[in-house]
Amino acid sequence: MFELLGIPPQALFGQVLLGLINGSFYAILSLGLAVIFGLLNIINFTHGAQYMMGAFVAWMCLNYLGINYWAALVLSPLVVGATGIVIERFLLKRIAHLDHLYGLLLTFGLALIIQGLFRNQYGSSGLPYQIPPQLTGGQNLGFMFLPNYRGWVVIASLVICLATWFVIEKTKLGAYLRAATENPTLTQAFGINVPLLVTLTYGFGVALAALAGVLAAPIYSVNPNMGADLIIVVFAVVVIGGMGSIMGAIVTGFSLGLIEGLTKVFYPEAAATVIFIIMVLVLLVKPAGLFGRPA
Amino acid sequence: MKLKSLLLGGAFAALMSGTALAQVSVKVGVLNDRSGLYADLSGEGSVIAARMAVEDFKAADKGIKVEIVSADHQNKPDVGSTIARQWYDQDGVDLILDVPTSSVALAVNQITREKNKLFINSGAAASDLTGAACSPNTIHWTYDTYALAQGTGGAMVKAGGDSWFFLTADYAFGHALERDTAAIVTKNGGKVVGAVKTPFPGTDFSSFLLQAQASKAKVIGLANAGGDTINSIKQAGEFGIVAGGQKLAGLLVFITDVNALGLQTAQGLVLTESFYWDTNDQTRTWSDRFAKLNNGKKPSMVQAGVYSGLLHYLKAVEATKGKDSATVMAKMKEMPTDDPLFGKGSVRVDGRKMHDMYLFEVKKPSESKGPWDFYKQIAVLPAEQAFKPLSESNCPLVKK
Amino acid sequence: MTELASTEAPAASVVAETDDSTARLHRTLFIAIAALLVVAPFVAYPVFVMKVLCFALFALAFNLLLGYGGLLSFGHAAYFGMASYVSAYTAKHWGLTPELAILAGTAIAGLLGALFGSLAIRRQGIYFAMITLALAQMVFFFSLQTPRFTGGEDGIQAVPRGKLFGLVSLADDRALYWLVAAIFMGGLLLIYRIIHSPFGEVCKAIRDNEPRAISLGYRANQYKLAVFVLSATLAGLAGATKAIVFQLASLTDVHWSMSGEVVLMTLVGGLGTVFGPIAGALVIVAMQNYLATLGAWVTVVQGVIFVLCVLLFREGIVGVIAKAIKKPL
Repeated sequence: MFELLGIPPQALFGQVLLGLINGSFYAILSLGLAVIFGLLNIINFTHGAQYMMGAFVAWMCLNYLGINYWAALVLSPLVVGATGIVIERFLLKRIAHLDHLYGLLLTFGLALIIQGLFRNQYGSSGLPYQIPPQLTGGQNLGFMFLPNYRGWVVIASLVICLATWFVIEKTKLGAYLRAATENPTLTQAFGINVPLLVTLTYGFGVALAALAGVLAAPIYSVNPNMGADLIIVVFAVVVIGGMGSIMGAIVTGFSLGLIEGLTKVFYPEAAATVIFIIMVLVLLVKPAGLFGRPA
Repeated sequence: MKLKSLLLGGAFAALMSGTALAQVSVKVGVLNDRSGLYADLSGEGSVIAARMAVEDFKAADKGIKVEIVSADHQNKPDVGSTIARQWYDQDGVDLILDVPTSSVALAVNQITREKNKLFINSGAAASDLTGAACSPNTIHWTYDTYALAQGTGGAMVKAGGDSWFFLTADYAFGHALERDTAAIVTKNGGKVVGAVKTPFPGTDFSSFLLQAQASKAKVIGLANAGGDTINSIKQAGEFGIVAGGQKLAGLLVFITDVNALGLQTAQGLVLTESFYWDTNDQTRTWSDRFAKLNNGKKPSMVQAGVYSGLLHYLKAVEATKGKDSATVMAKMKEMPTDDPLFGKGSVRVDGRKMHDMYLFEVKKPSESKGPWDFYKQIAVLPAEQAFKPLSESNCPLVKK
Repeated sequence: MTELASTEAPAASVVAETDDSTARLHRTLFIAIAALLVVAPFVAYPVFVMKVLCFALFALAFNLLLGYGGLLSFGHAAYFGMASYVSAYTAKHWGLTPELAILAGTAIAGLLGALFGSLAIRRQGIYFAMITLALAQMVFFFSLQTPRFTGGEDGIQAVPRGKLFGLVSLADDRALYWLVAAIFMGGLLLIYRIIHSPFGEVCKAIRDNEPRAISLGYRANQYKLAVFVLSATLAGLAGATKAIVFQLASLTDVHWSMSGEVVLMTLVGGLGTVFGPIAGALVIVAMQNYLATLGAWVTVVQGVIFVLCVLLFREGIVGVIAKAIKKPL
């Protein structure tokens, strides 16, 4: 049994690393939410369902088409992102002029529909998805056994997050995007196709969720409800980070994963609640979130 | 509404003239999870099993008219109790079957008693149904936590797995499972070296698995269910826990879970069930028929229990030529049970259905001959050992 | 927030000439509702009617906050569920009479509302929604992890219906029905009074234009908090009553999908209308009841209704009627 003060430093390292791995999922998901929120001003409640779709499309690729994990890693975000584009074009666009709350309600309804349909088709107990053969096994790091796949997840998500940050903050496309966020009408007047930009942004945010889904498929249970509970935690992450900056979402995602991981060692019963407690504390001190701009 | 009252009227009239014409109409409600976590192991499959029971019993030839209705309780006690109330009050349902999820089962158990109808539970694990919450109107058919703990806990220790570490889902059900199993492990001379409570529902168990690995326990007991179990087994494979020589013991794992995991991941897992389709010729024939009706999916023990329970009920209705709850229940407890799936058995005074339980190990992919060929049998637990003896019972129906 | 107010705004501008006839219409409606309540248990299954009434009260309370306070709470299950736990617990373990148990539950919901409200009103719009959601999630985890109090996932079962004031037994469905109907009617009248009081008018002003209301000297945050607490308390009243009706308090009541359901009811019935939530609750509860056999399709149907309501039918059932007869309902 682990004792509170008797934890050897090695075990602690192990837990820190695991926390970072969980944090990578939080980071990718909250990044997608932040990108969508930034431009569309919509809290995408469908995000959890789209994360789930990502995992399912990967499963379908393998079982119906024989497409392996690596191809699915590219294909699934594209497919799910495309459905996101359809959703934006035909549904979200129609309510863009309304109060943001309607966006929340609409995406909530969509999440119910998507999860219900998948449940009808595939049941709820989940589907098997194996770790790709190239990544089975693990490394003995001395202080812990690190499965290769987990290592891959951390590296992949860091790369994805930093690439997204780079595109948005440092490239011309990102500049358009930021401009459209600040002032869509003016940006449109400069001859930039803002509606297209909005559609593509939503598609991209959704694709990020799907990518997280594919990354999760081999290690978490692939079932229609896999995103439903996770999304609430990600919302809390977003509230803590504040929706001001892309980097904020990334940093908050990783650090909350870390904190949650450490809680699992010291006081496992609280691991599910700790993020919400932090959220309340942050709100008391900084209502706009850690990285958010004051309203 | 009109149709309902018409049917109800018909049933009532039939009941009145029951003895004269030897014609009895019974209405059976299959109440289970049709959309959530347990939809695969109960759900529509249980309704199919119930229909097969009516068919095999040749109810119509024997002057018994059986109508089957079904509903989804969504694993929520409030939804389940609303449906049960309405079925009993309004729709003239005589018997409720299945009801997985302990919380819903306990609610239905109480309403059935209040309305003096009958309840044959197949899906739920709570051993309280025949313990503190036992009722003269309820039979608990297929399995319970005590039997699971007895099977997996007892047999693992005997097989040399004498030190345990528990991964316990942090809610009442998980705690009960850990407590029951730990007691049996210690009783058989094993010891519990540690336990960790995991947030429920959880997705990431790696941190806890790491603690389990570090404990050097020979067996890691998974005191959880559904998605938690699947996630923890999946991740145990990833961290090479089974490959490292530790055994995983699933305290509540169904064949549908193994199907969801795939053999590659689930291999080596030890678990207890009361029914496996590939046990003998009778179970195989029946399961083939069932699979044809259920998209090729083999029956779970819960679905098999629904079949077996309804069959026994119909026999009692036939024998008593009526459907008075008390009379039928007395008959069901008096008659020995006998059906192709569970063999011979009996129903105890506290409502516990007695049959053998089996300890299985999940096959390696190389050993499996095809889909659903998942288990090899390690041990058989005779009913008297598997279920809690009456002498230890805290059920008020048991006279001491 | 302008769109949310669409059904109410025209009414305000023509208030003078329609005031009388509107008041008369509302009075007629109240009498009609009361008459329906009297007849209902004789034509429909009383337990079903009681369920509708509890949810209708819940939706009315929620609508008070969203429709008239302009605040979308995505965590109203917390007050509904916590009250239901407290009322079930006190009735079962302390042997309180039903009316005291319901009062206890309602009071706790009010306190919780004051606590959460003071945190949540620091932010607006979407942030507000997410904060209420996250706070409600903490309540959910609390309920999950204190089985001594909540009974964990089994919930608190076999709650005695008891005797009203220690005298009248409520074991019979009809007897209990009259209590529930009275509570519902009381709640409805109270909400109607709040909406049409000076306090309600200020709330609407803040909803429509907060900076202007502040510049007029109103302390917007105090008003928001007050309406939040009122809404939470009434949601608690609904939850506490439900626990006595079904003799059960369970995790379903505190889960976030319950928060979603109440939004759906309000949206279907008509946001910002007095009577809309009642219609919405009736539709949704009936649907859940009669579609129970459909299994997972219920979720899909609910989702479709959500989407359709947001896209095409934002006024909701009662909102459409109100538009047709050009009177606020």
